[in-house]
This record gives sequence, C-alpha cells and structure tokens, in this order.
Amino acid sequence: MQQYETVIILTPLLSEEAAKEVLTKFGKLMTDNGAEIVHEDNWGLKKLAYPIQKKTTGYYHLTTFKAPGEFINKLEVEYKRDERIMRFLTVALDKHALAFSEKKRSGAFNKPKETKTEEVAK
Amino acid sequence: MAKDTIQYVTAPKVDESRKKYCRFKKNGIKYIDYKDANFLLKFINDQGKVLPRRLTGTSLKFQRKVAQAVKRARHIGLLPYVTDSLK
Repeated sequence: MQQYETVIILTPLLSEEAAKEVLTKFGKLMTDNGAEIVHEDNWGLKKLAYPIQKKTTGYYHLTTFKAPGEFINKLEVEYKRDERIMRFLTVALDKHALAFSEKKRSGAFNKPKETKTEEVAK
Repeated sequence: MAKDTIQYVTAPKVDESRKKYCRFKKNGIKYIDYKDANFLLKFINDQGKVLPRRLTGTSLKFQRKVAQAVKRARHIGLLPYVTDSLK
C-alpha cells in the first residue's frame, strides 16, 4: 500500500469539541476503508498567508496514512462535501519523503535544513 | 604627482565571481518539505515569486522540486500567491 499524507484546514469558527469531532469522523472513515493511520499531527490555529473563504486563520491538521489508491478519491470527495473543511491537500509520499517524515517524527533533527543551509547563494 | 598610486588599464577584478552551487546536491538533501514555509522563503522573492536558477544556483532537478513545494505551500495557505511585502 502506498503511503500518503494529507493536510486539512478547518474553519476557525468551530469549537474544540466540534473540531475534534470532524477529525474523529475522518479518522474513522480512513480506518473503515482499509487505511492505516501512521501518524497524526495537530498544528493548531494558524494564520493564513491569504484569506480563504473570508477567514484569516484556520485549524491545521496533518495525517499520515497507508491506504489503497482507490480510497484517495473517496476521501477527497468527502473532504469536498464537508463545509467545515476549508482546504485540503493529499500527497503521495515517495521514498525520500518517507525517509524525511520518519526522521522528523523520531526527532532525530530539529530543523535540519536551517543548520545545513546557512549560506544562501543569492 | 602621485607616482605611488598604481593605475590599471583595465579595472582589476575585485570580487572573483564565486561559483554557485546547488545546495541540495552539496548537502545531500533529498526531499524538500512543502510544510516548512520558512525554508521555502529562501527560494521566492518579496513578491512571492519563485527565484530563477541563475540566482539561487539550484540544479534543474531540485528547482523542479522547489517549484512543486512552493506551489503546495501556497495551496495550503502557508505562502501567499501574490503579495508585495514578503521580506
């Protein structure tokens, strides 16, 4: 099974419980369709770089999961139907992305790129 | 008469042009994370446009990946599509 990661942005109008409910709803949808959740990360309320649906902030949530390819279509349709989700992005992870996210999760580095690329050739 | 001042026929090269290099190749970075907006800031100008390879020195292979990452970051609202005052 291919591994994917998806970032969703929820409207900032939701209460804590309502936001949690959305996340559990989609978590359940994933597991019910033969997907296996590898990792979840809540970024919390973040300011958007530009307004989306006239809102300047949004709740970010990142989910990494393994799923059969046909499920992705289904998942994205569900995302579109739910008006509490302002934006979503699903990306298939290749082997470099896998290595990167695993390393990041294990905390082997703190901001690796910052230290490695100090000198900016500009 | 200033005899001790040296005069050149052609202006001497003050700053030997430093060779640009691809930082991803040099540092062995294989994956460019679209979720790290601060890192991607190095590859866009203050209007939010992707900088050309001739300025950053990035190799073609990684320039494509940078562009892809910037586009993804824009989609999820981490970077702006258009702006005037990014830096």
